[in-house]
Amino acid sequence: MGIIKAVKLCHEYIHRDEEGNVDNIETALDNVDLDISQGDFIAILGHNGSGKSTLAKHMNVILSPSEGTMYVDGKDTSDEDELWNIRQTAGMVFQNPDNQIIAGIVEEDVGFGPENIGVPTKEIWARVENALSKVHMEKYRHHSPNKLSGGQKQRVAIAGVIAMKPKVIVLDEPTAMLDPIGRREVIETIEELNKKEHVTVILITHYMEEIVNADKVFVMDHGKIVMQGTPREIFSKVDELKSYHLDVPQITLLAHKLREKGLNIPEGVLTKEELLERLCQLS
Amino acid sequence: MLRDITIGQYYPEESFIHKLDPRVKLLGAFLFVVSVFIYDNLLGFAIMTFFLGLCIVTCKVPLKFMVKGLRAILFILILTGVINLFLTPGTSVFSWRFINITKQGIYNTVYMIIRLTYLVLGSSIMTLTTTPTRLTDGMETGLRFLKFFKFPVHEVAMMMSIALRFIPILIEEADKIMKAQMARGADFETGGLIKKAKNMVPLLVPLFVSAWRRAGDLAMAMEARCYNGGEGRTRMKPLKYQKCDYIAYLILFIYLGAMIATRIIFKADTLFGMYS
Ligand SMILES: Nc1ncnc2c1ncn2[C@@H]1O[C@H](COP(=O)(O)OP(=O)(O)O)[C@@H](O)[C@H]1O
Ligand SMILES: [Mg+2]
Repeated sequence: MGIIKAVKLCHEYIHRDEEGNVDNIETALDNVDLDISQGDFIAILGHNGSGKSTLAKHMNVILSPSEGTMYVDGKDTSDEDELWNIRQTAGMVFQNPDNQIIAGIVEEDVGFGPENIGVPTKEIWARVENALSKVHMEKYRHHSPNKLSGGQKQRVAIAGVIAMKPKVIVLDEPTAMLDPIGRREVIETIEELNKKEHVTVILITHYMEEIVNADKVFVMDHGKIVMQGTPREIFSKVDELKSYHLDVPQITLLAHKLREKGLNIPEGVLTKEELLERLCQLS
Repeated sequence: MLRDITIGQYYPEESFIHKLDPRVKLLGAFLFVVSVFIYDNLLGFAIMTFFLGLCIVTCKVPLKFMVKGLRAILFILILTGVINLFLTPGTSVFSWRFINITKQGIYNTVYMIIRLTYLVLGSSIMTLTTTPTRLTDGMETGLRFLKFFKFPVHEVAMMMSIALRFIPILIEEADKIMKAQMARGADFETGGLIKKAKNMVPLLVPLFVSAWRRAGDLAMAMEARCYNGGEGRTRMKPLKYQKCDYIAYLILFIYLGAMIATRIIFKADTLFGMYS
C-alpha cells in the first residue's frame, strides 16, 4: 500500500432547504480508487467542480468519506484516534495565501503547527529555522506576512507545513492567485522539496506547464478519475483532454498541430528543447 | 484614507518598551487607563502627561504615526465635545438664541477630550510595541486565573490575535472595493450623514461576504495544521520575566501610587477634574 490510498471513495455534499430537508445530493467523489507511492510528485488536473478539492480534503481529514475508505500512511481516515496523526502526516497548502497565515510574524506562523502538536519550545525553533531555509525565506523571518508578495506568502505557508515534518504535502491550487514570478517560486520550491527531502507532493493545478516534471498525473471529471499516467502519456491525448475541458501546454499543442499537418513528430512533447530537437531531426 | 487607521497595528522597533513582557504592558495600559479616570487636579494631570510622554519617547514610535491613529476617533472626539459643550447645564458664559455655553460645559469638554486622547494614545503604545501574538500570549498567561470562572481565555485571546492580523487586510480590501465602486460612479464623500451611511452599503456588503469566506478558509487552514484549542499546546516563545520587566513593574506602581496620592492629598481643581 502506498502512502495515500483511496478505495472506492465517495463523497456526497448534502444540500438542505430552509426547513432542513434534503433537497439535493451532490456526488463530488464517485468511487475514486487511488494509490500513491511515497516520494512521488503527483499532479491532479480537472476543470472547476470536478472534485479535486474534495479529494484533497479527504487526505487531511477535513472531510470524511460518505462511502469507501481513505488510507493515509496506512491509517484509516475515519479512525478518530488517528486524526491528529494523519493531519500531521499529510500537510495541506490552500489557494488563498492570505487566508491561511495565522500569525502576524513569519516565524511565528511557521511555528503555529508545531505548537499545536505540543512540540517542545527548543525543537520548535529548530524546526522553524529548518523549514524557513527549505523555502528560502530565512531573510524574512521577522517580517509581517502582509508585506510579502503572493509567492513569498505561499512559501511561508509551505514552511508552516514542513515544520510539522509531514510525509505528504497536498497543495490545492497554490498558484492560482499568483503572478508568473510567484508561480515559478512556488513550483521550484515544491520540486526541490520533492527531490531533496523526498516529500510526497500532491499538486492540484490549472496550469499545465507546472506538471511536466510530475511522476504521475491524474485527471478528474465529475468526481471520477478518468485518466492517469505520466505527463507524456496524458498530454499525448490532446483530444481526450479537450473533452474534459482541459488544455495541454502550449508547446505540446504546437507539436500536436504540427503532427496533424503531417510532420513526423511524436505525441506528448513536453518542453521547448524537446520540440526543437525533434524539428532539427526532421531535416 | 482608510489606511490611516493605526489602532491595533504593530510598529517594529528596538526599544525598551518593545522588549517588555506583554503582561507588563497589558497591566501598564490598564493602570494608565485607570489613572486617566481618577486624576482630578493639575498635579495629577502633569504626572500623567509626563508618564505618557516618557512612554512615547522611549518606545521610539514616531509621534506622527501615533497621532494618525487619533484620526480614527476624530468623529467620536468631536461628537462628545459638542454634546458636552452645548448640553452641560450651569453658569452661562455665552448665550445666543438656543445656544447656551456654560463654564461647566467648557471644562467638561476639555476634560473629555483629554481623557479620550490619552486613552487612545496609552492603549496604542501597547499595541504598537507588541506583536499580536505576544499580546495574545500575554493575555492568555496573565488572565489564566479567569479560567476558574469558566471564561474562555485561550479562545478570546486567539480571536483577538486573528482579528488584529486581519484588520489591515480587510482595510486594504475595503479601500480596493471603495475605489472600484467609485470608478463605477459610487459616491462616498458628499451628502448628509444618512445619505453617506446609505452609500456605504455597496462597500459593506462585499466586504462582509469576503470576511465571511476568509473566516471559513482560515478555520479550515487552522484545523489542517492540527489546531485543537488551547489544550496541549506548547509555545514557541514562552513568556518569561526579565530584569527589565521587574523594573517596569516598579515604575508602574510608583506611577499609580503617585496618581492616587495626588488625588488624596490635593483637592480637585475645576479645569482638570470633572466639574460637578
Ligand atoms: N462545501 C460544499 N457544499 C456543497 N457542495 C460543495 C461544497 N464544496 C464543493 N461542492 C460541490 O462539489 C463539487 C466538487 O467541488 P470541488 O471539490 O471544490 O471541485 P474542484 O476543486 O475540482 O473545483 C462541485 O460541484 C461543488 O459544487
Ligand atoms: Mg478547488
